[in-house]
Amino acid sequence: MASNFALFPERASTIAGEVDALYLFLVAVSGFFAVLIATLVVVFAVKYRRRSEDERPPAIHGSLALELAWTIIPFGLAMVMFFWGAKVYLALAVPPPNAMEVFVVGKQWMWKLQHLEGKREINELHVPVGQPIKLTMTSEDVIHSFYVPAFRIKQDAIPGRYTTAWFEASKTGTYHLFCAEYCGTEHAKMIGRIVVMEPAEYQAWLSAAATTAVAAVPATKPEDQQAAMVTAGAELFQKLGCVSCHRAQAGALGPTLANLFGHTVSLQDGSTVVADEDYIRESILNPQAKIVAGYQPIMPTFKGLVNEEQLMQLIAYIKSGKAGTETP
Amino acid sequence: MDSGEVRTNYLNAEYGLLSWLVTRDHKRIAILYLISVTIMFAIGGLFAAAVRLELLTPRGDLLAADTYNKMFSMHGIIMVFFFLLPAIPATLGNFLIPMMIGARDLAFPRINLLSWYLYVVGALFTLYAMVTGGVDTGWTFYTPFSTSASNTNVVPTAIGIFINGFSGILTGLNFIVTIHRMRAPGLTWFRLPLFVWAHYATSLIQVLGTPVLAITLVMVALERAFHFGIFDPNYGGDPLLFQHLFWFYSHPAVYIMILPAMGVISELVTCFSRKSIFGYSFVALSSVAIAVLGFLVWAHHMFVTGMSVYAAMIFSFISFGVAIPSAVKVFNWTATLYRGSVSYSAPMLYALGFIGLFTIGGLTGLFLATLGVDVHVTDTYFVVAHFHYVMVGGTIMAYLGGLHFWWPKITGRLYPEIWARISAAIVFLGFNLTFFPQFILGYLGMPRRYHVYPDEFQVLNVLSTAGSSILGVGYLLPFVYLAWSMRYGEQASPNPWGATGLEWETPSPPPTENFEKTPVVTRPAYAYDLEEVPVG
Repeated sequence: MASNFALFPERASTIAGEVDALYLFLVAVSGFFAVLIATLVVVFAVKYRRRSEDERPPAIHGSLALELAWTIIPFGLAMVMFFWGAKVYLALAVPPPNAMEVFVVGKQWMWKLQHLEGKREINELHVPVGQPIKLTMTSEDVIHSFYVPAFRIKQDAIPGRYTTAWFEASKTGTYHLFCAEYCGTEHAKMIGRIVVMEPAEYQAWLSAAATTAVAAVPATKPEDQQAAMVTAGAELFQKLGCVSCHRAQAGALGPTLANLFGHTVSLQDGSTVVADEDYIRESILNPQAKIVAGYQPIMPTFKGLVNEEQLMQLIAYIKSGKAGTETP
Repeated sequence: MDSGEVRTNYLNAEYGLLSWLVTRDHKRIAILYLISVTIMFAIGGLFAAAVRLELLTPRGDLLAADTYNKMFSMHGIIMVFFFLLPAIPATLGNFLIPMMIGARDLAFPRINLLSWYLYVVGALFTLYAMVTGGVDTGWTFYTPFSTSASNTNVVPTAIGIFINGFSGILTGLNFIVTIHRMRAPGLTWFRLPLFVWAHYATSLIQVLGTPVLAITLVMVALERAFHFGIFDPNYGGDPLLFQHLFWFYSHPAVYIMILPAMGVISELVTCFSRKSIFGYSFVALSSVAIAVLGFLVWAHHMFVTGMSVYAAMIFSFISFGVAIPSAVKVFNWTATLYRGSVSYSAPMLYALGFIGLFTIGGLTGLFLATLGVDVHVTDTYFVVAHFHYVMVGGTIMAYLGGLHFWWPKITGRLYPEIWARISAAIVFLGFNLTFFPQFILGYLGMPRRYHVYPDEFQVLNVLSTAGSSILGVGYLLPFVYLAWSMRYGEQASPNPWGATGLEWETPSPPPTENFEKTPVVTRPAYAYDLEEVPVG
């Protein structure tokens, strides 16, 4: 049976220690109050047990001082929990700028992962230890949730939008990846593993890409490898004909996409939007939703023509800043 | 058995099935509900047993994946909508509110009967959906799974819950009007038993919250049947919109389950300590505070959906706020015992058990309100353990405690005290053994709704399943001896506990009109120090 029975989960990310410290604080405070109340109840129940049927204890109607005390003290403790919890949550939400990107697509019932270097994996993610990893995720069908208990991270993958999470593994090893949001028949089998490797080992694993069956974009040289996902996006950009309108040229039918990412875009209706992953995704699938000022609403939808993984490649290409600047 | 003449009461005033099915007497309707919710509890319990048996081993050796998914879904749907929500208000609340305020019935007796029929029709619809294939969405019906992916009986189940929702709305409306308009002379708001305050707060939530659930289910059905683009992004919808709407009702719904339970506990703790409640107005108004704040915390179920970090902080903050009035209640019940005359009668054992389980359930709620910890434990067994401690540990302990306490009033018979004490102890122990290990499982990372799981989680799952078998015995016992006592129990006096409250001033069981003449109230609630000793 369970040889590795434990009461506490493994701690394998830089944030796990912070989550555990907060958890132990909560355990200590709640333990104190649970024991306090249990003790008072038992002591009162025994000490003031009914000794005769005629007992009429005098009424005690209350005490404002006590009411205030047991309102204010728990509230103060709750505020410590609140601020501490918010601090950890913020740390979980904001990836460091040097994070390496990995793209995640959930579907019934598997996880599809794609490294920026082009390597693709299913239900398995190889990452180097000590390197922040940013996960950008979506779902092809229903809501899933990417959960790695050893890293103390969990993030829903939601169809129709991107969500992000990040972690920095602090220890090499193999860790559970679970789907935490119920998604149908094989929900319990939508599991996998995160393999944390030494950086050198990870590089070796990456360059073995060409020999792996799931590798979609075989990388030839290391310098090409770095941009494999961008290259795939560039090819799609040509193949789908995006380039015919989105050219960095006067009189082009569509706005230029060069250096678009992260910048503010002015729209036809006078509002503005920051070009992030969700905006680009929406503009590809539902081009009429936000029309860039000065352009006609003539772009057709690409819904059904690109899948979630190809969308991520296109976005990687646009993020590279080169989209529309290259000639075929 | 009494040898004297047989007094006319609400039970023997009329005979025959029809006299029950067309009754407008709130006491008889309470009995109809009692029977119906007990049946639903038994069905929901069987589904739970199937779930726990499957989880005895890490492999899926008892049930196929789809069957397991239907089992936990139907367990949740039956227990939440057809047991926990109506359990206390529709049975004890229905029976007692008019009696506690010195009224002859609820304000709208016919609507009260209609509520029961709506409940029955809703329950039959849902059971029909289950018999003809079941449903596998969980009780939460998350989209787009429920609208686009699941191929089970989502719409019939939703219709059943929709119909049942009106039962709750009408009951809530009936209680609100009754409490406002039909109190006996002298029964001011701050003389009301806390059971009535709790039901008043509960009714507000039922009336304001349930329509949102009803509308949400209609939208799910429309999207499922006609592909309206409300929730599924493929049709231009937003899947998270569903979660906002669902939890806007379903978080307050947790308080529909626990507030009446808190009301019961206030009655039990005072009676069996023979003492006035400590801090009456704090206990009374904390119910209202919970009802109001409970509407502002719904998105704490959604901290890992990628919502705005600042929105998450606001919802976390208010969630801590709603914990305070619950804590205030626990402290006041504990203080009520101080210098009291504490009896260990079975209802009191249930009440003390409630305080224990509710305290654990409430404190672990703080973990889930804490953003940085919630990310790790949400959607794991930690959450499963937490809400079972509150909704099941809390509500069912109070329901059973209340049922024992008022059993002599309802049936005119006493239950066997020794068996009742044994069952209270078994329920408490079995409950803790079932659900405490799940907190540890959750922090270890075992996701909920898993039909198979990694080996290292087995030991704790075995403990949990073992506990559930003990818990099952604890729930079965009262069913047997309470039924037995209806025929063989000792005759009950009007006030066997020496309790205050107008319901104890009429005979047991009460006459159809409750009071021969309208009582006049001159004392605050729980004036145990002013009371004669009427034991016997």
